[in-house]
Amino acid sequence: MLISILIISGLGIAFGLGLGWAAQRFRVDSDPVVEKIDALLPQTQCGQCGYPGCRPYAEAISREEADINQCPPGGDAGIRALADLLGREPKPLNPENGEETPKTVVLIDESRCIGCTLCIQACPVDAIVGAAKLMHTVILSECTGCNLCLPPCPVDCIDIVEAEPKPPRWHRPRPQTGLDRLLVQ
Amino acid sequence: MTRSFQVGGAPHMPPQTTVAKVMLQVLLALAPGVLAYTWFFGPGILVQIILSTGFAVLFEFLMLRSRGRPLKPFINDYSAVVTAVLFALCIPPLAPWWISCTGMLFAIVFAKHLYGGLGQNVFNPAMVAYVVVLISFPQAMTNWLPPLALAEHGLGMSDSLITILTGQVPVEGGWDAVTQATPLDTLKTGVDTGRMVPEIRNSPIFGDYGGKGWEWIANWFALGGFFLLYRRVISWQVPLAVIGSVLLLSLPFWLADPDSNPFPLQHVFSGAIVLAAFFIATDPVSGCVSDRGRLVFGAGVGIITLVIRRWGGYPDGVAFAVLLMNMAAPLIDRYTRPRMYGE
Amino acid sequence: MTLPPQIDLAHDVGKRTHHFHGGLRLRHNKKVSCQDPVERPPLPELLVVPLLQHAGDVAEPLVRIGDRVLKGQQIGHCQPCAAIHAPVSGSVEAIEERPMSHPSGQAGPCVVIRPDGMEQWAKLKPLGDWLNAGSDCLIEQIQNCGIAGLGGAVFPTHAKTRDGRDRNTHTLILNGVECEPYISCDEMLMREQPGKIILGARILRRALGAEKVVIAIEDQMGAVQKALTGSTEFADSKNISVVKVPTIYPEGGERQLIQVLTGLEVPAGGRPSDIGLVCQNVATAAAVAEAVAEGKPLIERYVTVTGNGIERPRNFLALFGTPISHLVDCCGGYTSDVARLVVGGPMMGYPLESDSAPVVKASNCVLALTRQDIAAPQAEMPCIRCGECARVCPAMLLPQQLHLQIRNGLWKTAQEYGLSACIECGCCDFVCPSHIPLVDWFRFGKGEVRRLALESEATELARKRFEDREARLLKIKQERAEKMTRRKQLLKDKAMQQDRIRASIQRAENKGRTITRESPGGKPDDA
Repeated sequence: MLISILIISGLGIAFGLGLGWAAQRFRVDSDPVVEKIDALLPQTQCGQCGYPGCRPYAEAISREEADINQCPPGGDAGIRALADLLGREPKPLNPENGEETPKTVVLIDESRCIGCTLCIQACPVDAIVGAAKLMHTVILSECTGCNLCLPPCPVDCIDIVEAEPKPPRWHRPRPQTGLDRLLVQ
Repeated sequence: MTRSFQVGGAPHMPPQTTVAKVMLQVLLALAPGVLAYTWFFGPGILVQIILSTGFAVLFEFLMLRSRGRPLKPFINDYSAVVTAVLFALCIPPLAPWWISCTGMLFAIVFAKHLYGGLGQNVFNPAMVAYVVVLISFPQAMTNWLPPLALAEHGLGMSDSLITILTGQVPVEGGWDAVTQATPLDTLKTGVDTGRMVPEIRNSPIFGDYGGKGWEWIANWFALGGFFLLYRRVISWQVPLAVIGSVLLLSLPFWLADPDSNPFPLQHVFSGAIVLAAFFIATDPVSGCVSDRGRLVFGAGVGIITLVIRRWGGYPDGVAFAVLLMNMAAPLIDRYTRPRMYGE
Repeated sequence: MTLPPQIDLAHDVGKRTHHFHGGLRLRHNKKVSCQDPVERPPLPELLVVPLLQHAGDVAEPLVRIGDRVLKGQQIGHCQPCAAIHAPVSGSVEAIEERPMSHPSGQAGPCVVIRPDGMEQWAKLKPLGDWLNAGSDCLIEQIQNCGIAGLGGAVFPTHAKTRDGRDRNTHTLILNGVECEPYISCDEMLMREQPGKIILGARILRRALGAEKVVIAIEDQMGAVQKALTGSTEFADSKNISVVKVPTIYPEGGERQLIQVLTGLEVPAGGRPSDIGLVCQNVATAAAVAEAVAEGKPLIERYVTVTGNGIERPRNFLALFGTPISHLVDCCGGYTSDVARLVVGGPMMGYPLESDSAPVVKASNCVLALTRQDIAAPQAEMPCIRCGECARVCPAMLLPQQLHLQIRNGLWKTAQEYGLSACIECGCCDFVCPSHIPLVDWFRFGKGEVRRLALESEATELARKRFEDREARLLKIKQERAEKMTRRKQLLKDKAMQQDRIRASIQRAENKGRTITRESPGGKPDDA
């Protein structure tokens, strides 16, 4: 009886030590989950999630410090994709971080711009072109709609506009299925 | 003078076929077989059909209500009725009422609605019901009747009703006086005790191919099946694969040892092979999507049925075969994706 | 799939007809609109000419408000798309956003012209000697006259022809198979103007450098065959044949027609020019004939106005920009129970919100449907996996799988199952017992896939820009830190300090300024 207890305990200790050693010996340096999470985020770099950019937020999610429902530009679809990847429950977007809005870009009103470069320094993706005392302009195709350039502007010359595709790049809406119509009754 | 219009999606000619029409055609195709059944074995089957249908529709109504789904298109689509009729054809004609109640409970509530409702069930609901009832109430499920022509005490409508509703046979001698083993059952016990197949088949309950009466019922089901093929409600791959695989697999066994193996056609016309080939394995929801997939599915049903008949514990293995193939259907689909235009 | 040598294919096209997978036999409903000969309707008050009538980008307007335009004058320019021309002579009243008969229902920039009734033509430049003109010359003429595919896809004809010529096309197929019910404009064109079509075929063949022409028509178009083969142009030309194909919808689809005529399939993701064929609509050929032989740009087309919602259905030769309401008025107006107005046929047409929308290059038919036509006998049910959709799909896809994948957002799987190969013919929709709007789902799915691809490109770019910026800022920080440490090192080294002070004094003396030893920098000899 004693012998069996000793043998089982001995095996348990031996395997435990072995696993601990293996965890050290075969450790993977960078956590690949962060890459996968980052790939699902919209890269707006707006900071609405509370982190300075999408990559820090991805790292926080992987460390389970942040919840998956903090990203308004990613929206519901983004939350579901994250939930799918991590095996967690999808939940509604946290309203404290903002609301899901249609994609927007910004435009600088050139008649009011004073060339202060504060917006250029604020833009996380370098989408504003310009220099001190020279006209600033937004590269529309690179603007992510993060709106980080609006607060620093001293003359409030930046406007938000909707980025809606027009024909020929127009897209069809999701069909309202008959079942949805039936259930709404 | 301009005018505005409501818009709607293309095509602007709505389809004329509906789910209810498809289900009604299936019921129509089952009718000849049901009539033959009544002719050979008495009116018990009709009572079972009515009972099962009643329970099925009741459970469907309760489930739709509790899931918050609208009644209107779903109750009228007759899918529950088809499940009920197929189930009723699988159970003994004098099975007590609580057999069909339990069966329909499992078919409609568990196998259909808990998986998502119409179009979402993974397993064939009628077969799930039959297997549940078979395993849970083995005694009640062995009380099969002999054909009326051979029966000592043929039960009429009122006697059948009493038996089904009370569970007691209103005849002197009780259950033992009116029931008899099915042809497949006789064959199995006979072979297990070492008798020769040709000798077993001399018994009066055997006809030319399958059991007396049973083979004619199979014929009439086949007739209904051809009607469905003509109307394009089912496709030819599944029936061909089921019957073909049964024939092809039993042929070498019969050639090698005709004394312990029945003739291939006898396999086809016994038990529920024909019913399965045209009505059960062709259930589109739980079957395969592509043509090649359906061939594989049907072949699987045929082969597993034969294996169970020959080496398994049950005289007929169609229900188990169908359920096992239902499990395999998504995998078969993945590997039998058809070629696209231009590939 | 290995392709046979081109020479064999050129001889075999149209020799015998093959079959394509699936398809439906539909009732034609065409006879009613073919009773009367085709006429030009009277001029409307205003013509609204959209600047987007073709597959491609919006054209730039070449005129301004108040300008006087001549009939056939170019008013819209788009390189490399098809040009836009004024359909009448008159004055430009406005250039503004108006409904433009686009599938999206969205409005777009249009040139609004008020006709002056004089119908004065701009100077026309025909290519008189086209028999000796080079292919580039012909293609340029086609582009300048704004010819686009009039079968419905409105792909710029010059681009298609140039692509076909560069890839050694050997056979030109003229598509006269009008497979959708109700539409009869091509049939009327073939009956009334067969000579133009044949001439257009010869011109296109020369431009393509092809050997032969096959004109495909439906097997119930007996009068059309007689008209085509009986025309003098046909008798004068070589290597042109008229082939009848079975009347199954969607026989008129390019890929299906090629499969029926040759038995070959256009490679997935490829074009007919991959196997040496080019397919053009018969109306396009007729337009090419007018453009080259007479120098007339594309300003009008045959339009069928039909349906149970129209009093007197018929075909018109309508100018682009004519409001559809005007055409309907010329047909006796709507019936009392009209419920929906569709541009195109009942299977693939798109609905219009208002009949003030204009006739454009893609408008082959205006279909007015009654409440009875569009009433669905059943609400939408879940898919019962019956497989009818796969049985009728001409592209050999699995619509039920595609539908489930799109519904659940499995875009990559949907692409693997051939979502982009769907031709949106509507056959699957038509046979579905559950009445699922499959075509709508596929159109949505294709749009989403395109949108997601564009989005992921933009996301990748944003990520890269962000990372570059972070790297740049980090580099600046590091350089600054390094500079600081180097500076600190220098300050610590006393000998170096002495040298530097001496050097700066020297520099100052050289500039003619004196400084004392009591410099603010402090005496280095003090510890």
